[in-house]
Amino acid sequence: MRNGPLFVTFLTGATLIAIFFIPHHRAQETQSVILEWADVVYTFALILGSFSLWIANQTKVARRGEGWGYSLVTLVSLTLVTVLGVVQGVSAGTAVGWIYNAINAPLASTMFSLLAFFIASAAFRAFRARNVEASLLLVTAIVMMIGRVSIGEFLWEGFPPLTEWLLDVPNLAAKRAVAIGVGLGAISTALKIIVGIDRSYLGRS
Amino acid sequence: MAGVNGSFWQRLLGIDRRWIFVLIGLGTIIPLLRPINLPVAASPRVRAAYAAIEAVPEGSIILMSLDYEPDIMAELQPMSIAVLRHCFRRNLKPVILTLYPAGPGLIERALEVAGAAEGKQRNTDYVFLGYKSGNQAAILGLGDNIRGLFPRDFWGTSTDSLAIMQKVNAFADSPLLINLSGSAIADYYIRIASSRYHVPMVLGSTAVMATDYYPYLSSGQIQGLIGGMKGAAEYERLVGITGDARRGMDAQSLVHVIIVILVILGNVAAFATGALRRRTGGNS
Repeated sequence: MRNGPLFVTFLTGATLIAIFFIPHHRAQETQSVILEWADVVYTFALILGSFSLWIANQTKVARRGEGWGYSLVTLVSLTLVTVLGVVQGVSAGTAVGWIYNAINAPLASTMFSLLAFFIASAAFRAFRARNVEASLLLVTAIVMMIGRVSIGEFLWEGFPPLTEWLLDVPNLAAKRAVAIGVGLGAISTALKIIVGIDRSYLGRS
Repeated sequence: MAGVNGSFWQRLLGIDRRWIFVLIGLGTIIPLLRPINLPVAASPRVRAAYAAIEAVPEGSIILMSLDYEPDIMAELQPMSIAVLRHCFRRNLKPVILTLYPAGPGLIERALEVAGAAEGKQRNTDYVFLGYKSGNQAAILGLGDNIRGLFPRDFWGTSTDSLAIMQKVNAFADSPLLINLSGSAIADYYIRIASSRYHVPMVLGSTAVMATDYYPYLSSGQIQGLIGGMKGAAEYERLVGITGDARRGMDAQSLVHVIIVILVILGNVAAFATGALRRRTGGNS
């Protein structure tokens, strides 16, 4: 039973890798067809996700589970925005455009803005020079925080060059090392899935 | 005296975090209401991004993928407006898309602001294709079949009927790709558009992600990098406009200073209470 999905995965993965390196127009046409399939799959994934969201929240509302009121808001919002979007469209001047600009955008921005408050509080309580490594991190963080904003240059003209050096030398070296490691890891993981060594995506380990 | 000091530092360490919230709130609001107009100097990375757009021949079509949602709009929306205004001033024809489902509303707003400021009209001076799902698959599709991927623009007009779209159907038709993103979509563009299709690319990202892309800048895979609100403010300065990024930099500067002072005070307090504890035999 599991050989079918494994074969499809191998065929798709191997084909796409091969196509990536073949500039011939036949290969590119095949790629276009596969991409159209992928688009269809992604669209169905969105529908499946919405359906799953509906079922999970509907169950909670029906059972009056903890926080069922929030689930009700989710269900009403999902239905309202979907129906209005399908009927009227989503551009400026429509109901969905208004909901987006007046509710969604301010709420999302507010949630993200709260990070500044919590980071400030957490930094005050937890950012301590406990040992040499932590002290190094603390000093670097202070230099970066001051040097990367306008007031840094205003306070001391040496801040911008110092931050540039930190970014261009130690940061760049570390980022390159991480990027190479991540790249090798991604290739290894992809190959394990394509050749069927890693089968966790089938639902069982 | 030591007891008084110990009491002060301990009280400082145990301060109600709501006082810190008040400080951060004031540090944000006051500079926005009363701008200080701190100077903003353009970094080499942002100057490189500006120069890359300056180098595009006037009248060219330029692909832009603006991939962000309202959560990070404070950083990327002013960046989008500044870059769009620069493109419009150079009489470039941006073809814009987004790979984020909640992105189109912000992009529509950015186009309205930039278009009104520079006197540009939709479909004549720019095209907004809207949202496409699929991330990597969509980016691969941009490589050779943009009109197939977007048969209609955001407002429902057939892309085959748009004059601008007659000149662009693949990465190769755009002399430069601009991607302003707050996610891994930037990595996909670098891997596919820059590395595979060899399209020169300018990248804009949130400040927290900007350092991830320094290796690509030094390797020449991207031509310029605009990082966070500071990068957006630097770009606004280069374009010669005062937008939300330059206004926001005063607030960001003050909040950074407050956080640095808090961190220093926290460390001094921790050190002082620790020293006092040793001095009093651990009874304080």
